[in-house]
Amino acid sequence: MPKRTDIQSIMVIGSGPIVIGQACEFDYSGTQACRVLRAEGFRVILVNSNPATIMTDPEFADATYVEPITPDIIEKIIAKERPDALLPTLGGQTALNAAVALHESGVLTRYEVELIGANFDAIQAGENREKFKKIVAKVAEEHGLNAESARSVICHTMDECLAGAETLGYPVVVRPSFTMGGAGSGFAHDEADLRRIAGAGLDASPTTEVLLEESILGWKEFELEVMRDRADNVVIVCSIENIDPMGVHTGDSVTVAPAMTLTDREYQNMRDVAIAVIREVGVDTGGCNIQFAVDPATGRMIVIEMNPRVSRSSALASKATGFPIAKIAAKLAVGYTLDEVPNDITKETPASFEPSLDYVVVKVPRFAFEKFAGADQTLTTHMKSVGEAMAIGRSFPEALQKALRSLEKKHSQFSWTGPVASKESLIARMRVPHDGRLRTIQQAIRAGATLEELHDATKVDPWFLDQLFLIHEVAEGITEFDGPTLKKAKEHGFSDVQIGEILGLDEVRVRDLRHALGLRPVYNTVDTCAAEFAAKTPYLYSTYDEETEVPAGDRPKVIILGSGPNRIGQGIEFDYACVHASFELAAAGFETVMVNCNPETVSTDYDTSDRLYFEPLTLEDVLEVVHAEQATGPVAGVIVQLGGQTPLGLAQALKDAGVPVVGTPPESIHLAEERGAFGRVLAEAGLPAPRHGTALSVDEARAIAEEIGYPVLVRPSYVLGGAGMAIVYDDDTLTTYMGKAATDHPVLIDKFLDDAIEIDVDALYDGEELYLGGVMEHIEEAGIHSGDSACALPPITLGSFDIKRIRTATEAIARGVGVRGLLNVQYAMAANVLYVLEANPRASRTIPFVSKATAVPLAKAAARVMMGATIAGLREEGMLPKSGDGGTLPMDSPIAVKEAVLPFDRFRGVDIVLGPEMRSTGEVMGVDAGFGSAYAKSQQAAYGGLPTKGRAFVSVANKDKRAMIFPVKALAELGFEILATEGTAEVLRRNGVHAKIVRKQSDGPGADGEPTIVRRILDGEVDLIVNTPFGSPGQSGPRLDGYEIRTAAVLRGIACITTVQGLAAAVQGIQHIVRGDVGVRSLQEHAQRLRG
Amino acid sequence: MTALLVLEDGRVFEGVPYGAVGETFGEMVFNTGMTGYQETLTDPSYHRQIVAMTAPHIGNTGVNDEDPESGRVWVAGYVVREPARVHSNWRANRSLDDYLREQNVVGIAMRGTRALTRHLRERGAMRAGIFSGDALPPVPELVERVRRSPEMTGADLAAEVATTEAYVVPAIGGKRFTVAAVDLGIKGMTPHRMAERGCEVHVLPATATAEEILALDPDGVFFSNGPGDPAAADHAVETLRKVLDAGKPFFGICFGNQILGRALGLGTYKLRYGHRGVNQPVQDRRTGKVEISAHNHGFAVDAPLDGPFDTPYGRAEVSHVNLNDDCVEGLRLLDRPVFSVQYHPEAAAGPHDAAYLFDEFCEVMGA
Repeated sequence: MPKRTDIQSIMVIGSGPIVIGQACEFDYSGTQACRVLRAEGFRVILVNSNPATIMTDPEFADATYVEPITPDIIEKIIAKERPDALLPTLGGQTALNAAVALHESGVLTRYEVELIGANFDAIQAGENREKFKKIVAKVAEEHGLNAESARSVICHTMDECLAGAETLGYPVVVRPSFTMGGAGSGFAHDEADLRRIAGAGLDASPTTEVLLEESILGWKEFELEVMRDRADNVVIVCSIENIDPMGVHTGDSVTVAPAMTLTDREYQNMRDVAIAVIREVGVDTGGCNIQFAVDPATGRMIVIEMNPRVSRSSALASKATGFPIAKIAAKLAVGYTLDEVPNDITKETPASFEPSLDYVVVKVPRFAFEKFAGADQTLTTHMKSVGEAMAIGRSFPEALQKALRSLEKKHSQFSWTGPVASKESLIARMRVPHDGRLRTIQQAIRAGATLEELHDATKVDPWFLDQLFLIHEVAEGITEFDGPTLKKAKEHGFSDVQIGEILGLDEVRVRDLRHALGLRPVYNTVDTCAAEFAAKTPYLYSTYDEETEVPAGDRPKVIILGSGPNRIGQGIEFDYACVHASFELAAAGFETVMVNCNPETVSTDYDTSDRLYFEPLTLEDVLEVVHAEQATGPVAGVIVQLGGQTPLGLAQALKDAGVPVVGTPPESIHLAEERGAFGRVLAEAGLPAPRHGTALSVDEARAIAEEIGYPVLVRPSYVLGGAGMAIVYDDDTLTTYMGKAATDHPVLIDKFLDDAIEIDVDALYDGEELYLGGVMEHIEEAGIHSGDSACALPPITLGSFDIKRIRTATEAIARGVGVRGLLNVQYAMAANVLYVLEANPRASRTIPFVSKATAVPLAKAAARVMMGATIAGLREEGMLPKSGDGGTLPMDSPIAVKEAVLPFDRFRGVDIVLGPEMRSTGEVMGVDAGFGSAYAKSQQAAYGGLPTKGRAFVSVANKDKRAMIFPVKALAELGFEILATEGTAEVLRRNGVHAKIVRKQSDGPGADGEPTIVRRILDGEVDLIVNTPFGSPGQSGPRLDGYEIRTAAVLRGIACITTVQGLAAAVQGIQHIVRGDVGVRSLQEHAQRLRG
Repeated sequence: MTALLVLEDGRVFEGVPYGAVGETFGEMVFNTGMTGYQETLTDPSYHRQIVAMTAPHIGNTGVNDEDPESGRVWVAGYVVREPARVHSNWRANRSLDDYLREQNVVGIAMRGTRALTRHLRERGAMRAGIFSGDALPPVPELVERVRRSPEMTGADLAAEVATTEAYVVPAIGGKRFTVAAVDLGIKGMTPHRMAERGCEVHVLPATATAEEILALDPDGVFFSNGPGDPAAADHAVETLRKVLDAGKPFFGICFGNQILGRALGLGTYKLRYGHRGVNQPVQDRRTGKVEISAHNHGFAVDAPLDGPFDTPYGRAEVSHVNLNDDCVEGLRLLDRPVFSVQYHPEAAAGPHDAAYLFDEFCEVMGA
């Protein structure tokens, strides 16, 4: 069945900001979809609030709306663009939910928009547990398959509970019905537990009802990725097995593809069930994911759930197999059948087949618990990881060890040196799933644990455990440096660093010896077919195997190093920059080579670059790729500037190894990063920086603080990205901080500029000319990490004189450091002095935002500059504007606001106050004619919007009291009822705002039962919270009050503003929403207006 | 102890022994299935073939008593990359290594399974030998011995693998039909799939004559899969012609498809490296639907793809085609209840997409 001709235009919805559980895998799927649909000649209308995505580049759609993904905004876009169809299955749950809302409100019918790729009933059937249970029962019965849902009993009395548990067998899961956020759920291991948990549950449930469900904790967990076309052809693209058994979210589990411990009978049963279920659910076309649990003792199989859409697992499966699920899903949605779509990799065979792997793929999650003090670090069924790395090897040990080193995290790899904890303590530790559990198991093997003990404690399948024993035995065998030993170690995935550690040798020494023995990896192709057919698309991975398959090149090559697994502070923005560089340099005549290990990204789509190496970004792995590429032709340059800190950190070592690093030279990177050297650059340019010092002891720290004056910003010298930073206002807090900080590393102490405006600048420098990409003014004051702060572009309170100063300073830094390419500088303006906070000679997180806000492709321009182009030349070409730059935007330019999205809902118990340590996972952009409406859009996109009426609760620190009066007054004038704590209320009343005093949490309820503010928030009586923090962390009283207020806000999902600047912006936003002047405009229209 | 895999063109791979130690010869083929090694090993069609598994980890689920497709391991030799040291499955009762040793199957565990596959893909299936032990003769001598081993082309092997005594697989849940199934190397799952549908399956030796078959007065006749070159299977072709003359409904699988092809006057040829795996896309040309199917064949039928053609039994057509390489995967007489497929609807190992063919066989028997 060929392409449909009855539709001409298609709306695609993206997934919005990066959040835990919904990350850049949807940029990958969305980008593929947009490319496919445009190539097929459809007009593509895209909606996605996330400016950091590649899909929202104007070139991927005909009309790109970086607007909030809310039904009202989408309706406006539909009314304006009148698409024929809506494809909602490639933007995660966000897009699916939006489509359901548009369907239910009748918008789709009203504007005659056809839902393609999924139908409403199928979405419902996939989401509704009861419906899904019935479907599973039906297909099992009709087809005689081994498939069930978890058995459960609904109980209304304790007697029913006891009887129910008896039938199900302990342990049972107790789930009270209709409680908030699953409150009162728990595991009952015996009758005593059950009486306690179910008793409380029956009480807590408004319907006195609990559901008892059999426990499947510790069962084996599998997933299948399925595709169906409209002719009912179905293929299984990939099977995935979780090493962590049931009980850990699959996103937080270490997973393996293909499944390793299934016989064909079990696998085929699973396959039959998957196919029968998606037919029964009625997924018309596209990809779905279906999860299973298998009882290892009996083989009983439970179908857990299915997602009728492309998912994180499908991105992983696509990268693991070379079968591009999203791309093909888009083709199927417009009418093609699988047999009509060619397999991109072989070119000769069709997509209607099931990939066969002759390698093993391992995915490992990356966590960021260090950023969330107080968060529960136990891994559960709620996903907590912020990113993932994938690795490919010809055996499980090789793939696993490559994956672990891809995490680029201390202690992520197995280690055989140093002291080992007691077997008992390690076994106790591994009973609870945690980040790095495989390493705990490995250490327990070192400590003498047996396979049985490990299996008993973790329920990890014995086959996987034995593979860890195998790795351990190989490590034990590394006692001297000889060819066979080294070869064996490399075949089992050991890095030069690991081998060096074991033998007490330096990494470089190991590498030299290894090379002297002629021992290097070969590169095999991910070919979808286990070598049955020749691969035409070079998607490669390293392995210590027989034959290398790197094809010869015919053009000069540029190797681009990606950014590795997503983490807080280094995410999709850097992938954006790498992908842009690749596209641009390919167009400029280079052969582009991408190296990265993040399966969620567009950069690791084999379609992005001429060659893809799915490899860890360690020095060893990168050097081997460079060597392999040099063996087939000249390498013109290696780009380290675009992938964030990961490749930047390799710059010097690569250069030392003779690799042609292009762009800003490593020495210059060092100039910017090393404090002393950078201080000299600033001094020469006559630029002030906040006063600072370095302390090794409490006494030294107090002396420095005394000299430069409080408040001070303190941070350990060895960390990046704001980890461990704090703003300190007094001696006591400083003493506490120094006590906690490891004093074997110096602590940096900077004067903290209170009440300063923070400014972020992205610029491009070619050695002659500076192109000021954009000047962003932070909404929050300096001291809040730039990644967590909202910002506006063009700046809303800076005049042309200020921008001129910023330009001069930025140029001086660029010249002084010796930048070739991108430069990001952070400034603080306090008392009319422009201080330089820091400079990073690399692509920054804000590059995509600036590029979209100013309609200039900065990363592309940077890539060209790094390869020798000049800014003047790029102006000539038209890539950069003929004249002017991001600092000279016209006065009537639209305002773009970037807002950070924070993951506090995932980490209950963590204080949501913003600080110098970055904690956001993603960002959104709101763009509109004025600041108020742009800000309102950003809030709507990030947090579901600002309230326009109801009750506002205000409680601010003394230092903020003056500044809050006018915005709160404005809220009252907008009709909000104002609640405030006593001190804040006094100030407001004295200024003519009627504020009702409410009880603090520390006051407790009043004599007449008057609730505290926290109770009121929890009861849903409050619509907007303004709470700026005061007092020191860990203290009782006001600080703790604030903490509980903010925690309650997160629990109820109520807008909570924690800075007075944020409040002012929010008020402007609310005023605009009330006036109703929030319009929609595509980036293409925006660019037309800015660049003509 | 070392093991060597020696190809007839002189390429040699080194590894360590897996399963039994000794030497073995056969046609070198690769299988791309990621599951189902136990079914593969016991599939009689692999008789006199050395099978290399492209999936690196083999033996993970051990060996059980339910999954074998016949009473013994048939492969002449086994090539894997990463044999399991520990197996894990609730149905397993021994390790694959032990099983291979017990069945005296010489194998090799070696790094270069992908290099081997690429070599076969480029140069075609060829003879090979696995040699393991403490003191192996020099390589040139081993190559020479491989070159002296028998070739697959021209080999008539059905009788070597088929049952010597007829036996009956009873219908499950009430008998509807009698099927005479000629065992040319039949897999256990095939009569089971028929029995599930109410067929009483009389499995007959490969040497069965048309008279013996027709004496059962079957509702339908079935010819199974099996090893060897169809061009050498003259007895089976003659038998089938007489069965067709008698007007009986017929269904054939794999070798049975090639026999039907020859009975209809078509030729067969050897594929360069064959289809062996569980992921092959086959299109049913009547419906356009694609089945993901299990394959194990080194030979194929040469038939016109562009439309119906005449045969001594009336008009016929290619009913199924492989979308990877346009290989003929099924034949059908247009005016008689006679059809066959080149692939394996009984699966084991492999997907069940083509199981409907057994239903169709029952339909034509019931018509």
